[in-house]
Amino acid sequence: MSYEVLVIGGGPAGLSAALNVRARGRSVLVVSNPLEENPLWRAEKVDNYLGMPGMSGAQLLTEMRRHAEKAGVEFRTGKVLSAMRMGENWYVSIGSDMESARALVLAAGVARGKKFPGEAELLGRGVSYCATCDGMLYRGKSVAVLGYSDTARGEADFLRSIGCSVTYFDRPRACVINGENQVESLTCDGETIRVDGVFLLRPTMAPTDLFPGLETENGYVTVNRKMATNLPGLFAAGDCTGGPLQVSKAAGEGLVAGQSAAAWAAEQSRKSK
Amino acid sequence: MAIKHLKTAEFDEIMDAAPLAMVDFWASWCGPCKMLSPTVEALAEQYEGKALVGKVNVDEEPDLARRFGVMSIPTVVFLKNGREFDRKVGVMPVEAFTQVLDKNL
Repeated sequence: MSYEVLVIGGGPAGLSAALNVRARGRSVLVVSNPLEENPLWRAEKVDNYLGMPGMSGAQLLTEMRRHAEKAGVEFRTGKVLSAMRMGENWYVSIGSDMESARALVLAAGVARGKKFPGEAELLGRGVSYCATCDGMLYRGKSVAVLGYSDTARGEADFLRSIGCSVTYFDRPRACVINGENQVESLTCDGETIRVDGVFLLRPTMAPTDLFPGLETENGYVTVNRKMATNLPGLFAAGDCTGGPLQVSKAAGEGLVAGQSAAAWAAEQSRKSK
Repeated sequence: MAIKHLKTAEFDEIMDAAPLAMVDFWASWCGPCKMLSPTVEALAEQYEGKALVGKVNVDEEPDLARRFGVMSIPTVVFLKNGREFDRKVGVMPVEAFTQVLDKNL
């Protein structure tokens, strides 16, 4: 189905954006990892969120999520792997599904870590970011899973269940993916194995991988006062726009981005009538 | 012309006879393929009579997927008389495909 606004990321920025889209009476879907995967979940105490001192990150996230659910925000667990604007709508793929929306809010946090040598060169030639999307093409073959998120083990199990021979690497630090025209082997932290495929499962994608042509500065998404990016109908909020990487800043930016996205969606609907 | 769904048995014969072809490898369980699908269908109409635009379901035609070394979908392969000369992997805007087609018409 089609939404007026789709939010990528379910942390304070994304939830605040979604809540404020609902406050304008518009439909909104939040696509995110499980709440427990948010880096804030592991914060023992957040003492600078105004008026609510001493709460843990997990408590804050749980309350924020509940608030958004009560307001009628819809949720989907999963990763957005590609996004494209066609006509007046944005289309995003989430695992094996596709959704569309008039406006998007990118609030997916920061992508930590650089790409490995060979990763970009062999993407689509043995390197994949999505086990559920490409797993079937590796039935009966050897693959490596480089797991950087809590859900990665589940994806490795999925690959085993469809008949892949899986070697699992738990958060390896330094890897090189080798091969001429397709992946032939992988070296991680000194260990080399022969593989046909490498599944890199990170918690979040770099914004420019998701949105080709997106303007960034030092890896952070460039936005204006309305939290609009240089791409039409795409707004951004929270850590992905830069520091300070704090809850108040994320929630505030989320509010602005949500309102801007709702206004954009309203304008688009008016135009198409 | 509706888009051509290509089967292994007829693939070579059809491709050999096509001066310019674009083939989209896809599957029903692939979200990004669903995203690309309307673009490919629009191209089939736009280039009718000029280029053959077809689709290969990798579940139904695993031999073709293997032969072309398709390891991620969607993958779009461009061919001249059955010989591959370019390919695009992943979801891309329509211009990425029209550029290749227009240059090789």
